[in-house]
Amino acid sequence: MIAIIDYDAGNTFNVQKAFAYIGLDAVLTADPEVILNADGVLLPGVGAYASAVAVLKERGLVDVLHEVVKREIPLLGICLGMQLLFEESEEYGPTPGLGLIPGKVKEIPRDLGLSVPHMGWNKNVVHHQDSPFSNVDDQYTYFVHSYYVDTDPEYIISTANYGIDVPGVVERGRVYGMQFHPEKSGIVGLNLLRTFGNITEAYADSKK
Amino acid sequence: MLAKRIIPCLSVANGRVQNGVQFRDMVDAGDPVECAERYEIQGADELVLLDITATTEGRKTFTDMVLKSSDKVFMPLTVGGGITSVEDMTALMKAGADKISINTAALANPSLITEGAKKFGNQGIVVCLDVKYNPFDKVWYAYGHGQVGESGQRRNALEWAKEAVERGAGELLVTSIDRHGTGIGFDIELYQALAEVVDVPVTAFGGAGNVQHFVDLFTKTNVTGALAGVLLHNKVLTIKDIKKALHEAGIVVRL
Repeated sequence: MIAIIDYDAGNTFNVQKAFAYIGLDAVLTADPEVILNADGVLLPGVGAYASAVAVLKERGLVDVLHEVVKREIPLLGICLGMQLLFEESEEYGPTPGLGLIPGKVKEIPRDLGLSVPHMGWNKNVVHHQDSPFSNVDDQYTYFVHSYYVDTDPEYIISTANYGIDVPGVVERGRVYGMQFHPEKSGIVGLNLLRTFGNITEAYADSKK
Repeated sequence: MLAKRIIPCLSVANGRVQNGVQFRDMVDAGDPVECAERYEIQGADELVLLDITATTEGRKTFTDMVLKSSDKVFMPLTVGGGITSVEDMTALMKAGADKISINTAALANPSLITEGAKKFGNQGIVVCLDVKYNPFDKVWYAYGHGQVGESGQRRNALEWAKEAVERGAGELLVTSIDRHGTGIGFDIELYQALAEVVDVPVTAFGGAGNVQHFVDLFTKTNVTGALAGVLLHNKVLTIKDIKKALHEAGIVVRL
């Protein structure tokens, strides 16, 4: 079972629908007990960084998410949920994030002659072939965001070019992030979610 | 670089897709959810669902249909037709919409754009312009639905486009009423003129009759997407046909 973190951060609905479509059991929850007993945890998110962090704190979920990582439960952050995995965001002044992966969230430069937000289907280039998500190579996924993650290449599995190289998939141990929306990226996206499902199943087997 | 988008448009009345020319002569074109699934397989980049009934009962049927579509297809869904309040938007977002499109209500009450953008972000609000050229004034005018030739709200389309973006529209969906359903090609001049005044993504609709019309649109203007309705519903072309032609012309598409 996958726990989708419930913290009122936008549309979790479509992520649930995508999991249902590919036959993965997922529940929307803010209950630490349920989260820490899950085979995988999904951190969704649309909206503003600071208010997302505030709600996570308010519900005691920051500590829970650190415990998730400590116990090596697979964790996937999507869009804002991925950005929250990092140390800090510059959105409306510096705001600390979860600090699960080193790096900072920065605004996409406005002087590239490209409209912001970066919105639409963009192609991914994979830099680490040994990642479980390396099958995103050369595939289009759907992005909608105005901020991007600046982090060590060691953690960047794929990038999409939008004037700058925007990290699409990041990974550190069993902490994964996707800047694009896999739940809106057609078959490619569903396959990525299925891959995460496989990781959670492997974790569940290892617990037995 | 972002791929240019090909977007099927489903105009829905009483739970069925309707086909029409120049906003008239509507005929049944199938079940919306089945159409949506078929177009996803063909490679649709997004989907636009428009409620053209706009009655209370029709609205409920439509919302259910949005809910069913978002269970089955996993691409961005833009939903519109008869939306007049943030409450209407919220109901459709909860049913699975990613973006809300507004037209007549925005013309009548432009602050609705800002209210929606504040709640859902600019990227969640698409303003639709139904545009007709007036050869006497030499001006493109944007009309509310069903208001062409009637005494309804009308605005200079280029001025309105600029204002809509300033008020928070993250995207514009611009239909040429003159070309809609004619198959004689997109109104290239309209989209070139729009590019001078706005910098948000613009989606073009109306006039495509063959794949070359799509190639012309993307080579002569900077629109980021094109809608197709009748052409696809009547199986004159598939999305694959359109994308293949675009790819061969050197235009970046998701194949």
